[in-house]
Amino acid sequence: MNKVIYMDNNATTKVDEAVFEEMKPYFTSLYGNPSSMHTFGGQVGKKIEEARERIARLIGAEHTTEIIFTSCGTESDSTAVFSALQAYPERKEIITTRVEHPAIMSLAPHLEKQGIAVIQLKVDKYGNLDLNEYGRCLNEDIALVTVMTANNETGVIFPVEKMAQMAKQRGVLFHTDAVQAAGKIPINMNNSAIDMLSISGHKLHAPKGVGAFYLRRGTRFRPFLRGGHQERNRRSGTENVTSIIGFGKAAEIAQTHIDEENTRVKEMRDRLEGEILKRVPRTILNGDMNNRLPNTTNISFEFIEGEGILLLLNELDIAASSGSACTSGSLEPSHVLRAMGVPFTAAHGSIRFSLSRYNTMEEVDYVIEKLPPVIETLRSISPYWKDGRPTPEFEPRFD
Amino acid sequence: MWDYTDKVKEYFMNPKNVGVIENADAVAEVGSITCGDALKLMLKVEAGTEKILDAKFQTFGCGSAIASSSALTEMIIGKTVKEAEKITNQDIADYLGGLPKEKMHCSVMGKEALEAAIANYRGIDLKQLKEDEGSLVCKCFGIYEGFIKKVVQENSLKTVEEVTNYTKAGGGCQSCHPAIEEIIEKVWKEKGKYLHVGEEAPKHKPAMTNLQRIALITETIEKEIRPTLVQDGGDLELIDIAGNEVFIALRGQCAACSSATYTTGSIEGKLREMVSPDIVVHLQSD
Repeated sequence: MNKVIYMDNNATTKVDEAVFEEMKPYFTSLYGNPSSMHTFGGQVGKKIEEARERIARLIGAEHTTEIIFTSCGTESDSTAVFSALQAYPERKEIITTRVEHPAIMSLAPHLEKQGIAVIQLKVDKYGNLDLNEYGRCLNEDIALVTVMTANNETGVIFPVEKMAQMAKQRGVLFHTDAVQAAGKIPINMNNSAIDMLSISGHKLHAPKGVGAFYLRRGTRFRPFLRGGHQERNRRSGTENVTSIIGFGKAAEIAQTHIDEENTRVKEMRDRLEGEILKRVPRTILNGDMNNRLPNTTNISFEFIEGEGILLLLNELDIAASSGSACTSGSLEPSHVLRAMGVPFTAAHGSIRFSLSRYNTMEEVDYVIEKLPPVIETLRSISPYWKDGRPTPEFEPRFD
Repeated sequence: MWDYTDKVKEYFMNPKNVGVIENADAVAEVGSITCGDALKLMLKVEAGTEKILDAKFQTFGCGSAIASSSALTEMIIGKTVKEAEKITNQDIADYLGGLPKEKMHCSVMGKEALEAAIANYRGIDLKQLKEDEGSLVCKCFGIYEGFIKKVVQENSLKTVEEVTNYTKAGGGCQSCHPAIEEIIEKVWKEKGKYLHVGEEAPKHKPAMTNLQRIALITETIEKEIRPTLVQDGGDLELIDIAGNEVFIALRGQCAACSSATYTTGSIEGKLREMVSPDIVVHLQSD
């Protein structure tokens, strides 16, 4: 096998060939500005509206005008948070979780400096939220609840619809970062209590650099970027035309593949996960086995560090990712695993495999075959591992 | 993706001297599984000559931690304990053709293990040494003042970021950053150099003679200030300079302009920037 076995689809995905084809004419032939008065530009505007319709269909939005194109998931997330805080200036608190994507997490210290209290909900060891705790935190001082639909590291799915209904009863806005969920599990904004939602193109086989923001009709809104009249004055700046067109096509294709994600992709994920857990001793599955995205598995290999695993897998042309400190550029392991209380013996050695419809069972079998020796090699170097088992200090004692 | 040298990759992929020495003459364990890297170093030392006959290691950590550990064992085998003692963390990094700056702490861990092993060989109580390390600075990674000081001295570190790269201290909750800044300043003060952490060392402008000062004020007015005023249809006249005090009169449109005070303020600002921060500008009207 001479091509890379790509199992890092929660990081980014391959652009679908059909998506690329759809985009091509709009680079060098149909390059007009959609805001222009002439037909040459106007026809591009029509194509953007088609993309908007396709995105609306993917997430079940009632009106296409509820879709606003942005530059990425992060921009959509920031738009939601800052819009809510500006629209409800008398409300000085927001609710989020301890396991959000950095696009939300890293806003907390910034907001706290501005006098906004950020309530971060706890998760249990499976990564699930306590809705009773959430209910107690909801009150009329909350400007926004922002909770991800599915976690990027573990794939764990949060009950956002239920949470949005609880927020609605208290008159509180609800936003969800659905960047990882879109295209993998069905999303339906029609008859939903969710007010705002973020998605990103490059997680569902569209190019990087384009996102979308769903804004329910009638929701108070303040723009994040001001300037020209694009996106009905709600997001100024000349449109990223080609990527938006690609995003639309990708959304259309994703909709037709949702079933496959939950059957064939899930089957591959389950086989990969099951075999690894069976073949390699002292491994831990991170997350809730029964409540996850169909493509994601996060496994900790105790007593070794994730970067070493990734480097050795890289030599075998296998691309995955890790929640270890050394790979994240920070010195502490993943905030998601720490919030779940994963022990340090395991948090440093976590590996995430995230599959897509482009993976094959042959690839899965190749990884199943190649991974155990990699783990064995690194454990043979570890001071905490001896003769096929942990050193006595890490063995359970029965005295 | 880290930009590792081929040598780091080679020492990670095919590490030399992995394992355990039975009845070792020196053993050291540094780091911990909690902190994300740990190294156990064992030495076999020849009695009498104090030559290191063999060195073995076990490492829990990233690629560069494993490479640094293996490189260290290669570097010390065949040396006497005294010779090995002189190896610095920079030597370990250099041996590997350099490490990414965020990974320098891997070489520091190697050096730390070497020191601890030599102390163990000489029968020095490591616990005693730990207590001499001063106060606990970084609670996230359990790093003491003495250790930070030593690494700052040995590597001429100047910023908190560098200290974090070399020791991990400050890499967690960041609440110890002010304490680390103080340690850096203290070390440099002891070296006889004053340093404001995060900034360049202050530039001391040499004292000017009166003549130089007058020349510089005149030049600044002619080259920096007058052209902008003229552009707006105004002008100014330099009337007198006495010490730090500069007397001017505004001409043309500026004189009648209601923002005359603003103009004076910006002239003063420019002179303070270019000449000396104690300049005072007085506006004279005819």
